[in-house]
Amino acid sequence: MIEFVLNRQLICTDKPAAMPLLDFIRREQRLTGAKVGCGEGDCGACLVLEGRLEEGRMQYRPIVSCLTPLANAHGRHIVTVEGLNLRHLSPVQEAVAEHSAAQCGFCTPGVIVALTALCLSEAPLSPEKAIAALDGNLCRCTGYQSLKKAALAVAARLPVERQNRAIPWLIEQGWLPAYFDAIPGQVAQIPRCSPAFAPGRPILGGGTDLLVQQAGQLMAEAPNLLCERWEIGGICEDGDSCFIGGGLPIAAILENRTLNRHIPGLGRCAPLIASTPVRNMGTLGGNLANASPIADLAIIFLAFETRVLLNGPSGRRELPLEDFYLAYKQIDKSPSEYLEGLRLRLPGARRLFSFEKVSKRTHLDIASVNTAIGLDFDGETMSRVRLSAGGVSPVPLLLRRTGAFLEGKMISESVLGRANALMQEEISPISDIRGSADYKRLLLRQLFFAHFLKLFPEHLSFENIHNEGLLAHEKHSRFRAREGAIRLSG
Amino acid sequence: MKNIHASGHVRGQSVFLDDLPVHEGTLYAAVFGSPVAHGRITGADLERARALPGVVAVFSHEDIPGKNQIGGNIRDEPLLAERELHYIGQPVFLIVAEDEWTARRARLLAGLQYEALPAITDVEEAWGREQFLFPPRTFRLGSVDEAWEHCVYHFEGEAETGAQEHLYLEPQASYAFPAPHGGMKICSSAQGPAEVQHVAARVLGLPVHRIEVEATQLGGAFGGKEGQATAWACLAALAAWRLQRPVKLVLPRQDDMRMTGKRLPCRARFRIGLSRALKILTYEATFLLDGGAAAGLSPGILERALFHATNSYYIPNVRATAFCCRTNLPPNTAFRGFGAPQAMFALEAAIARAAYELGIPARRIQEANLLKEGDEFPYGQRARQAHARQCWARAEADFDIRKKEKEVEAFNHQNASTKKGLAMMPVCFGISFTKTSMNQASALLHIYQDGSVGLSSGAVEMGQGVSTKLAQLAAMALGVQAERIRVETTDTARVANSSPTAASSGADLNGKAVQHACAQLRRRLLETAASILRAPLAEVDLHAEQVWRNGRPTALSWEKLAPEALQRRVNLSAQGYYATPLICFDREKEKGHPFAYYVYGTAAVTMAVDCIRGTYATEEVCIIHDFGDSLNPDIDQGQVEGGVVQGIGWMTSEEVGCSPDGRLLADSLSTYKIPDIYAAPDVIDCRPLGAEGPGMAALRSKAVGEPPLMYGIAAYFALIQAIRAFNPHYRPGFRAPMTPEKVLMALYQDENAAAL
Repeated sequence: MIEFVLNRQLICTDKPAAMPLLDFIRREQRLTGAKVGCGEGDCGACLVLEGRLEEGRMQYRPIVSCLTPLANAHGRHIVTVEGLNLRHLSPVQEAVAEHSAAQCGFCTPGVIVALTALCLSEAPLSPEKAIAALDGNLCRCTGYQSLKKAALAVAARLPVERQNRAIPWLIEQGWLPAYFDAIPGQVAQIPRCSPAFAPGRPILGGGTDLLVQQAGQLMAEAPNLLCERWEIGGICEDGDSCFIGGGLPIAAILENRTLNRHIPGLGRCAPLIASTPVRNMGTLGGNLANASPIADLAIIFLAFETRVLLNGPSGRRELPLEDFYLAYKQIDKSPSEYLEGLRLRLPGARRLFSFEKVSKRTHLDIASVNTAIGLDFDGETMSRVRLSAGGVSPVPLLLRRTGAFLEGKMISESVLGRANALMQEEISPISDIRGSADYKRLLLRQLFFAHFLKLFPEHLSFENIHNEGLLAHEKHSRFRAREGAIRLSG
Repeated sequence: MKNIHASGHVRGQSVFLDDLPVHEGTLYAAVFGSPVAHGRITGADLERARALPGVVAVFSHEDIPGKNQIGGNIRDEPLLAERELHYIGQPVFLIVAEDEWTARRARLLAGLQYEALPAITDVEEAWGREQFLFPPRTFRLGSVDEAWEHCVYHFEGEAETGAQEHLYLEPQASYAFPAPHGGMKICSSAQGPAEVQHVAARVLGLPVHRIEVEATQLGGAFGGKEGQATAWACLAALAAWRLQRPVKLVLPRQDDMRMTGKRLPCRARFRIGLSRALKILTYEATFLLDGGAAAGLSPGILERALFHATNSYYIPNVRATAFCCRTNLPPNTAFRGFGAPQAMFALEAAIARAAYELGIPARRIQEANLLKEGDEFPYGQRARQAHARQCWARAEADFDIRKKEKEVEAFNHQNASTKKGLAMMPVCFGISFTKTSMNQASALLHIYQDGSVGLSSGAVEMGQGVSTKLAQLAAMALGVQAERIRVETTDTARVANSSPTAASSGADLNGKAVQHACAQLRRRLLETAASILRAPLAEVDLHAEQVWRNGRPTALSWEKLAPEALQRRVNLSAQGYYATPLICFDREKEKGHPFAYYVYGTAAVTMAVDCIRGTYATEEVCIIHDFGDSLNPDIDQGQVEGGVVQGIGWMTSEEVGCSPDGRLLADSLSTYKIPDIYAAPDVIDCRPLGAEGPGMAALRSKAVGEPPLMYGIAAYFALIQAIRAFNPHYRPGFRAPMTPEKVLMALYQDENAAAL
């Protein structure tokens, strides 16, 4: 039985575990506020709030219900736009209406949910955060100006200091219905279920990938649910390494304090990766085991000495992340194993890190090319250089030769130029919907330079790289502007 | 006044088609589409699909009781494929099951045998093989060839724009169920319910009056639910008719993107000649429009491309020819601008080419050729109340364009890795359906005995705010609060033979019809009031929910007047009708007066390019827009902002593309990229021109839907400017969209590379 609280009502259902939560809400419960816009987590018209009981208090995050397996709602509070309605318009609803930020109205319920999530979060507010709250909501009517104004107006009405009292304040001020008060008690009574791992069955995490294409198929099976496995949901330091659970959502990893202490700038990668709601759902395990050659987390963690931990009927084993990827969409994992997590060797204080990604649309998009670099710098030379790149080979690639070349070198334009030449030999991009092979080669070169321009502004300048002719077009036919057909990749 | 639907929208209580309560026994349909771009059907195997538990029926063209034909003026589009397949996704079978998942699973079990035929997916190839959906047309003014000799500067070139997916957030949807007395009710997310009704009757072999079509409110449309809502409504109706059960068909997003057409891609060749004073003396353009596999609305789109070939400029010698080519792609269709954006882009490309060759800012050529009062368009109409120059001058002054240009120049001088570009875009857009007969509308108003008012018209609400504007017009005309007016859904049983809500004309045509109905009601009520008050009619007035006599309120309120009128047997219902006067067009001569009036405007767009990564941002959009006397500034402002961002999307990140075998490359939201909140401009500063509106617009408030899209064209040229500031070798190919890929390749293009 799947049990959860939907708005103010306790739900008990035996519907399939992989049924999209949105279908359940709309068809079974006839709550039609959340809309079916795209069915792939891109538009945000289906946003709902997911509330979890953490240390006695509810923590709410927006999620896309079209990709949420119904079973992932177990033990949670799910709030649709209907569950936010009061007799009057809430200040969030008022702001959207007053700023004419609803034209056709189809994306609007998702917008209301996203902005309410902003109100419920207890993190410090800023205008940027208010806009970012809508990073997972596509609107085709307004051009976003009115939506931005509405978001800023909402943020302006929230108190700066809301630590630990967001919900009582919101209820008191007429932003939230009073029933939110009783939710922790209701949710606490739902029994936790921890089913045994069923080897061979598909493993379903946040749903952000598998439910896009395989929802119908998964509904007929009984998948293993990653989100219910609490033992793989944590981050803990252990001597000189750190365990990162495979069941953790991407947001929890990027925002984690421990990790951000060791990986400076990790949190700043977030805006380039999916959207707020998808980061709340998609798991580390899913991002790695899906074996996409452009998986953002794979690219990030390849920049560190990282081992993959696998668990299965024949016990635990671990291997370096770079060896996990065998070929296009093939990984060193048997169907009976699941990805328990990563073991990150803690980088020292001299470790520098940079992540770069370019896609057709800067945000809320899949990379054309992404790349990360981790290196130790003692003020003069580089060591332990790990450079990774996605979208330029069948797998997320660790550029071993380029990295090795850079070790022991001082930073200079000519070193980078020679490294690039090596890097171009290590990659084998193909032309597909994300860009032509020539483009990906050029783009990786640029992003490689961008890493260094960002990390070593005092050693390098774009002018120098440009003037030295490094960026002048190589007289190489493969960079030529290419016309003609674009091939689809597998 | 705010949108009357705002409260429903923000509470999640607005009812879109998929939100309608379903009838007991409702079945769900899925469409089996052609797996091949061109082929001959040799057989079908439907047994496995039919055998899946939960499947109720699988229909093919043989099950159609009437005509298997959903084409418009040109009857070239079957509802379900018979012998030939013409594009990937073309509907072949309709699978009906107890629920959606079963219908979609059964679809995977259906088999189709076919013999593949060579597919044409390139418009040039179609043109070379003379594959035209209908004959080409040419608009002429003056003598192009003679004038060419007199030009000091001559330039030739090409320009290309791509397809654009509408990406209305609500996918195509329909719900059909048997109605009493042998009828069929179809709820359809259609911009033109009357067209759906008409075609569904043809398909079912029924007289039109047995089909009722209702559109509640649409979750966006942008032209994509004008011609292309019909197929889905007819399919649901076919199944509902055969099974005599309710059938719902909501397209999953990927089906919608694969099966429905887009904005017509266009390849243009141009020849432009200028005088030493930068006057464009002659312009010749040939447009190859890619219509896809069927004509649909393309005849009108091609026509509007020609009407707007000279945009906001006066050019004395013009020859513009447009071909609509048949390719093996989904039938392309209406999209905000309807052919005009494609043509305007080509002319801007010609101007930009001339400017780059001459080493002057494009702005100087643009400004030197703007329309003035009385100038003749190539199709014979003369510009009246021509505001092209005022808009331009206001934009230059209000936004201090010269200063902005200097700032851009200084910025580019100081920054090596970021470059900026600024481009201006004047727009002149004709208002009216170019097919004169479509410029009519009717409305039906009822005043109920409590004084509340029901308003029906042919206008479909799709987010553009037409319901709010109609409510405002009715409230003003009747002298009541807008809250008293309920704008009903659009239903063919209440308002018949309506034109689709399109061509930016929804509020104009239906608004005038509403005003006509209100005038009748008002006259009757004033007569009633005069009789109640025993006053001469001339002394009585009705406003602010009150009857007034000689400028003083009486005890007779609206709420008392309505029931009293009913008691006195006064007709409290009225039908209003409007047909745009004066307009005409002769297709033999290609001359006439097709437009009621024009909308003008000028935009300046500033883009910033990251020259390391090839990414870019729209920093600022400044617009002077000719609203006339805006009836609703909030709504009109929203239309401008939304339109310009759609236009920028079309010019930058929105790329469909297709493989040589006819597969669309971007067929989902994960591959097709409309602007998100970060891609939208940081600033859109839109100011009204403030000129008086024309009498042919309802209350002189000009139509606003389409024109702003074309401001987005400036984004392309601003990007080109920025790239040229970084790479002097860059040779623009005038091929939109300018994706980050093209930008990066252009930034590092060498001297000898082909234009990009």
